[in-house]
Amino acid sequence: MTSVLYDTPGPRAKARNWIYSGIFVVAFGLVAWWALSLMGEKNQLDADKWTPFVTDGQIWTTFLIPGLLETLKAGAIAMVIAIPLGALLGIGRLSDHAWVRVPVGAVVEFFRAIPVLMLMLFGSALFVQFSTVSSDVRPLYAVITGLVLYNAAVIAEIVRAGVLSLPSGQTDAAKAIGMRKGQTMVYVLVPQAVTAMLPALVSQLVVILKDTALGGSLLGLGELLSMNRQISANYSNTIATLVVIALIYIAVNFALTTFASWLEGRLRKSTKGSGAVVGAGDAAAPAAVPTGGGGA
Amino acid sequence: MFDFLDSGQYDLLGAFWVTVQLTLYSAAGSLIWGIVLAGMRVSPVPLLRGFGTAYVNLVRNTPLTVLIIGCSLGLSQTLDISLGGSTFKETGFRLAVLGLVAYTGTFVCEALRSGINTVPVGQAEAARALGLSFFQVLTLIVLPQAFRAVVAPLANVLIALTKNTTVAAAIGVAEAALLMKEMVENEAQALFAVFGVFALGFVLLTLPTGLLLGWVAKRVAVKR
Repeated sequence: MTSVLYDTPGPRAKARNWIYSGIFVVAFGLVAWWALSLMGEKNQLDADKWTPFVTDGQIWTTFLIPGLLETLKAGAIAMVIAIPLGALLGIGRLSDHAWVRVPVGAVVEFFRAIPVLMLMLFGSALFVQFSTVSSDVRPLYAVITGLVLYNAAVIAEIVRAGVLSLPSGQTDAAKAIGMRKGQTMVYVLVPQAVTAMLPALVSQLVVILKDTALGGSLLGLGELLSMNRQISANYSNTIATLVVIALIYIAVNFALTTFASWLEGRLRKSTKGSGAVVGAGDAAAPAAVPTGGGGA
Repeated sequence: MFDFLDSGQYDLLGAFWVTVQLTLYSAAGSLIWGIVLAGMRVSPVPLLRGFGTAYVNLVRNTPLTVLIIGCSLGLSQTLDISLGGSTFKETGFRLAVLGLVAYTGTFVCEALRSGINTVPVGQAEAARALGLSFFQVLTLIVLPQAFRAVVAPLANVLIALTKNTTVAAAIGVAEAALLMKEMVENEAQALFAVFGVFALGFVLLTLPTGLLLGWVAKRVAVKR
């Protein structure tokens, strides 16, 4: 085990590490003790605040699972619309014609600079004024609109990075066998770019799922987080509910993150493709790399 | 079309000032917390590494909205922690900063760690071969190269943080997104103008940051 920062520890370093570990355990224990005793004082540790999640199936069937499904639904629909749109924008940005490249670039940069919450609020107001969407599905429409506008711009950058990451020999070879620009893009570059950017797309799904939580707190979408109000109204266990909800988000997103990095490792290893992979962090772009900040 | 700006009914500059303040306080806090976390994740002590990894993976996969609402409902309303804020406004602001720091710190940590990983092991080996101590290797060889590599990723984190401050609207902090919510409800006839003004505000906040730090990143990058 050689790291840039330290060598494999010898006996003295090992002893020192044990002392640091001890100090950390004591400090961590004190903080945990303080937090738990504070929760105990406010009766947040009482068994009846936590047991409903195990004993009462209704809490899952009435609140948590429908909430999670709504979250997944909003995320999946947004992803399905945003990917083709983002692919178009990304390819448009690579166009040889300035009259396509410049406006598309402006649109992409604009929507990437705006917080996704503002796009959702805008979408909501848009549906109120210019459509007959009924008020019970309006939050879902508004959240999806915001997510699509923002993530299409982000995916456009991923697609662009994916195409740019391919070896230039691919384009040269396509030209050499007489393909036109459009054919090169459709038959040679995009299929390879899609493989290269799959991991980044899966990571983007995590960002989308996390962002749906905004819809619950500000637009009234019945997604997972918004269930905390109803559950704690019934069982008056705010902290327990928030902890369980956070754990569900963590489980789903962690599964997706793990899947993305497994996919990335697999694609990097595979000898069939070009070996180019657009990782979560390296959608090499000058301004905000989306996953670099992680969305909300 | 833009009469809502003259009516004096909305404190647009004030709202954006709160956004800027949230960004600055959270940026300072997340930088410190991120450095601490990164220090843990690259330290030779396995327990610290484990804690750092667990914290980053747990918090990064939790929506920021959950963290900020958790701060508000859990810490403030249930446990009566007000972080020294005497009014509702003050407490909300501090809780929002706390949530943003807890969340953004993980991204700062990952950026710093990737910076340390860009330094080739040979650099440290050469430095040790010259007889430099651990402290000298760290401060003279590794960190200067690492920091120069992370300017661009940190700029991205800062831009994302600026946009993420809007989540504070969820607990009623009077920043730009909350004002926009109020305005799109009251000024329905000028929806596009209202959206345009707020969009412009965020473009003005994030674009110069990205350009300036991108320029700095190019200038200080270590050529290998």
